[in-house]
Amino acid sequence: MNSLAEKYSTTSPLSKLRKAQQLAEDEELSDAMWGSSAGFGSLAKGIPSFTVAPVPDPAAFLRLHTDDHADPNCRIKIQHGTTTLAFRYKGGVIVAVDSRATAGSYVASGTVKKVIEINPYLLGTMAGGAADCQYWETYLGMHCRLHELRNRERISVSAASKYLSNLVYSYKGMGLSMGTMICGWDKTGPCIFYVDSDGTRLKGDLFSVGSGSTFAYGVLDQGYHWDLTDEEAQELGRRSIYAAGHRDAFSGNTCNLYHVKQDGWHFIGNYDLSKLHYEGPNNVAGQGYGYDVRTEGRTSANPPPAATATA
Amino acid sequence: METSFALTGKGYVIIAADTTAARSIVKMKVDADKIKVLSPHLLMSYSGEPGDTIQFAEYVERNIRLYQIRNLYALTPSAAASWIRRSLAESLRSRNPYAVNLLVGGYDTTSHQPHLYWIDYLGTMTEIPFGAHGYGSYFALSLLDRYHDPEASLEEGLSTLKRCINEVAKRLVVSPDRYTVKVVDKDGVREVEL
Repeated sequence: MNSLAEKYSTTSPLSKLRKAQQLAEDEELSDAMWGSSAGFGSLAKGIPSFTVAPVPDPAAFLRLHTDDHADPNCRIKIQHGTTTLAFRYKGGVIVAVDSRATAGSYVASGTVKKVIEINPYLLGTMAGGAADCQYWETYLGMHCRLHELRNRERISVSAASKYLSNLVYSYKGMGLSMGTMICGWDKTGPCIFYVDSDGTRLKGDLFSVGSGSTFAYGVLDQGYHWDLTDEEAQELGRRSIYAAGHRDAFSGNTCNLYHVKQDGWHFIGNYDLSKLHYEGPNNVAGQGYGYDVRTEGRTSANPPPAATATA
Repeated sequence: METSFALTGKGYVIIAADTTAARSIVKMKVDADKIKVLSPHLLMSYSGEPGDTIQFAEYVERNIRLYQIRNLYALTPSAAASWIRRSLAESLRSRNPYAVNLLVGGYDTTSHQPHLYWIDYLGTMTEIPFGAHGYGSYFALSLLDRYHDPEASLEEGLSTLKRCINEVAKRLVVSPDRYTVKVVDKDGVREVEL
């Protein structure tokens, strides 16, 4: 009798537990059943709603992670902050990039490969949308190979970059976002083209792209001349990426360095920017690029005048 | 766009500011001097909201002078910079704050040290070996990280400044073409030609 009473009572602890369990089970309606009226529809549980970010203003939060100021239809974009650079000199082409991927203020990754190896003679750099760059530059590689098979000679850097520029131009206004440098060595020698998703295509000796580009230019322009040795050129590329990684919050982590010579590109190395700050490329303490490391022990104070010191 | 640079060297501070006074897209004046001499060993460059800049700079100039008249000695650079920062911070919390960015450089005759302070319109102040305001800072700071030397002679310091000016002229779309350059060291304040 006692147990029977408990079963139908609405206030006993047991029934409360039962109710709680029932509630929890209802929550676990599978996604596949959403809107299905065969399962009595989800309206039984009230108006369906989306899960939103648990912040005071979800729309503003999402805007931080999208390109919608440029194109309101744009989806989530990462890889907005970047520093990439490439320059041409007598010994070939130096390509140096950082490795940080950011989504708004969040560092999404510190180990991104921003140099895309299109084929053994062509490199592309990645700035803007990571997926856009990766996909279309790989696609470009496919067409470069077809060109080789059809014409029995390697595609020129000029032709390859024109192919990419025409391709992205045909998607203009549809939300593509890329700023890339196509670098290589062809019949004409070392060569760099800047191509972006606006459809701009520029030939040049020295380019830097991304949010950290101004900082990279500051170091690059001052150290650049045509007759750099290979070591000097590689050092300049590293230092410029370091400078950008140091000053730009959206760039950093590590630096990837490539050297393009007549026989194709060579990967020189991956350098931790913090290590470059304190120890430099050769891992010697005190030989770092950092301002305070470089100027340690130096002071702008004048020594007190000798006359007053001895008097 | 308004740009100013400053750097310290062995016993001196150099401050450089562009000479344009612009309104909208028009240059209203091409030979404006935006570096005030606050005392025999103190300089201040100012940029920001037109109107606020001159009002605030003159307010500071008169008050620093008043201190000197009343006490028969000048404020040290650090004391002056602290007073200036506080004035800005108090203004920020008023109905009509001054939107002014400053570089305050001076030579402390008591400790024989040059001092440089970077101050922004929010009342942020920091002592630095080199600094910049405006779009020029995006190009100059990385350059100065690389080339600045605290023990550089005045000639070396001026050539580093020229590097900054040339870099900005090369890369900035709306770069200023002329700068006033002033130096403060143990002998006091003077203007130099680049």
